[in-house]
Amino acid sequence: MSDTPKRTIHESSDPMTKTREARMGDVDSRFNSRLREAFGSSPFILTKFDQFMNWARGSSMFMLQFGIACCSLEMMHTYAVKHDLDRFGSGVPRASPRQADTIIIPGTIVSKFAPRMKRVYDQMAEPKFVVNMGSCAISGGPFQEGYNVVKGAEEVIPVDINVPGCPPRPEALLYGVVKLQERISQGESAPVTVKPYELEQFGDLEQDELTEKLADQIDTDDLIMRYNWADSP
Amino acid sequence: MSLEKPPRQRYATDESVDYDAIEELLGEHVLGRETHTDTEAFVIRPDEVQDVLFALRDEAGFDHLSLLVPQEYEDRYESIYYLTKYDDRTQEVGIVVPTAKDDPVSQTAEPVYRTADWHEREAFDLVGIEYEGHPDPRRILLPETWQGHPLALDYDQDRPQIVTLAEHENPIADDHYDEDTDTMFLNIGPHHPATHGVLHLKTVLDGEQVVDVDPDVGYLHRCEEQMAQNGTYRHQIMPYPDRWDYSSQPTNEYAYARTIEDMADIEVPEYAQILRTMSAEFGRMMGHFLALGTFCLDIYGDFTAIFMYAIRDREKVQDILEDLTGQRMMLNYFRVGGVVWDVPEPREEFFEKIRDFLDELPVATQEYHDLITSNEIFQKRTVDTGVLDRETAKQYGVTGPVARGSGIDYDLRRDDPYGYYPELDWNVVTEEAGDNYSRLLVRMREVEESARIIEQCVDLLESWPEDDRQVQANVPRTLRPDPDAEIYRAVEGAKGEVGIYMRSDGTDKPARFKIRSPCFHNLHALPEMAEGEYVADLVASLGSLDIILGEVDR
Repeated sequence: MSDTPKRTIHESSDPMTKTREARMGDVDSRFNSRLREAFGSSPFILTKFDQFMNWARGSSMFMLQFGIACCSLEMMHTYAVKHDLDRFGSGVPRASPRQADTIIIPGTIVSKFAPRMKRVYDQMAEPKFVVNMGSCAISGGPFQEGYNVVKGAEEVIPVDINVPGCPPRPEALLYGVVKLQERISQGESAPVTVKPYELEQFGDLEQDELTEKLADQIDTDDLIMRYNWADSP
Repeated sequence: MSLEKPPRQRYATDESVDYDAIEELLGEHVLGRETHTDTEAFVIRPDEVQDVLFALRDEAGFDHLSLLVPQEYEDRYESIYYLTKYDDRTQEVGIVVPTAKDDPVSQTAEPVYRTADWHEREAFDLVGIEYEGHPDPRRILLPETWQGHPLALDYDQDRPQIVTLAEHENPIADDHYDEDTDTMFLNIGPHHPATHGVLHLKTVLDGEQVVDVDPDVGYLHRCEEQMAQNGTYRHQIMPYPDRWDYSSQPTNEYAYARTIEDMADIEVPEYAQILRTMSAEFGRMMGHFLALGTFCLDIYGDFTAIFMYAIRDREKVQDILEDLTGQRMMLNYFRVGGVVWDVPEPREEFFEKIRDFLDELPVATQEYHDLITSNEIFQKRTVDTGVLDRETAKQYGVTGPVARGSGIDYDLRRDDPYGYYPELDWNVVTEEAGDNYSRLLVRMREVEESARIIEQCVDLLESWPEDDRQVQANVPRTLRPDPDAEIYRAVEGAKGEVGIYMRSDGTDKPARFKIRSPCFHNLHALPEMAEGEYVADLVASLGSLDIILGEVDR
């Protein structure tokens, strides 16, 4: 009988029980899917709500349209015709961080940009995830020894997955995103790392030579990011 | 071998510049004369910069300030202005302005060449030279609150810095506010889909009209010059040019290769020249396809069909370059004195792939014309918007498709020949209107010219005798140019004139490495194109400039 799930599907998909007929009403038979037949007359799937939410999150991720440097070109190729990230349910780039829950960091982060990136990240919808694309976002990459380069996005925001390469091929980014989706749907998340560079108010800083020098340029309420290059790895 | 042309001759400084006449013209302003590897330079006093430059511009015709090199020596600071002519690129002259160590102040060149504005801001930012009379003496690449000048000799890289995230205020509120007009300050970027990367436009709007726009760059300043100064000439610098203009890498590699080869007097085998020329043209195509795709993205809105079409063609070019070099983006194909390797085996298959691509290209171009240039809405948005006239463009040092879209017939491949270009049959494309539409047309037609060049290169490569396929000259393992040798050399990149200045101190690393980026100058001209237009046209103008922030900020 059709109130037990079937292993294989064959024959027609017409409603088979009275219960179902009553439930379906006068619905066109083409709405009566094979999936429904597989479930039988019982329209329920038992699962945990958390598990269901994780599955939903992992299957429909909203990526932030965010380009920094060289890697963003390969990221665009990943979205576009040949590689088509959308196949995996994560390919519609959103222009506003308020509509996005995943950010790909494709490029080098420098001192002037890091506070802005932090602000964009903070504006994203919770729960949010970060894909680090390429060597620069991981560690500063070929520019690590530059006077102005932040040594990886993890200095500023927590990162879920790193995709190495300079830049990674679109296939590599695809793999990274799919791995992230897999982890999200299994309810795994990356540990929140220690972030050395936080946004803070200028007035809260300890008074030292540098703050005294800048005191007449910066308002005490202004948000600032303090870089201690010697201490960063 | 009597048929072989001596390639060195083409690289030599053109003798037609009469430096004695220039010395006479400048008269008592001249304190001394230097010979750089590529040109002659005159030393002048720091308070006579404008007199000298006005004389050179108005009487000797040097209307193009190509590069300003600031640097610090043990005993002095120095700014070098490299001047040339839009009509004859082979005529070059350098103006050296030494300033005192304890008081590095030099007169500004901004009234003579508008482009000096940004150059001198950068010189102050990175080296610490001040320019007296400069209209806007702010930092440009580093944050306002930065302490110290990173490319000065005594800079301590480890000291802490503070960067602010303050709200922006209306910069012209006091001047313009009255009962009738009410201006609004609008930040576009640094994270915005229309800025093509991390660019911040401080825009003041009066209704829909742009009153004032101030491009704020430096969100991708990756210390490229310092990185190059830390690398050895032979191998360690070449990977970095790939990352300046990351949409068309081979043209940048060409800039570095040409500079170091002129400096170290290395002769590149002809076969390698053809390979270089071919890959550079593929690079130009890559850059132009991306420019086309993202420009239409700006005009039409979202990731739409045209963007996908452009990426499809770009993907084909990347595929070919991947076969040639082994990498998709950071090709690192050029070597000092040649290229890394020959075309892949089996050669026939590789050439067939290129020919297939070239055969399909006219169809693709026709598709673009159907989709874009013949579209009425597109024309409404681009024709007669963002107009940049010829004289203004020259003032800003604009080069590349942006200059050619304004009717300036200027292309280094023809005007300062290098590589295999002089032997090939192709045309420089220009358009007269100077609007957004003509810049797009120039790029589309340049892709067709690139295809012509590639076709000829493939013919040559195919018929080249097998035992004469030399891809690399004999280059010493360690390059040590003569101490104090200085050179400035440029090539035609996808965005315009990519140049490099290098000074040697006798070691295997450059003492000073300065990059001339075409996008930096093209972007500087944006306010001229956008002010008074609608804000939507500002976005279109920015897209039509085709800036790559990695190259603007370096």
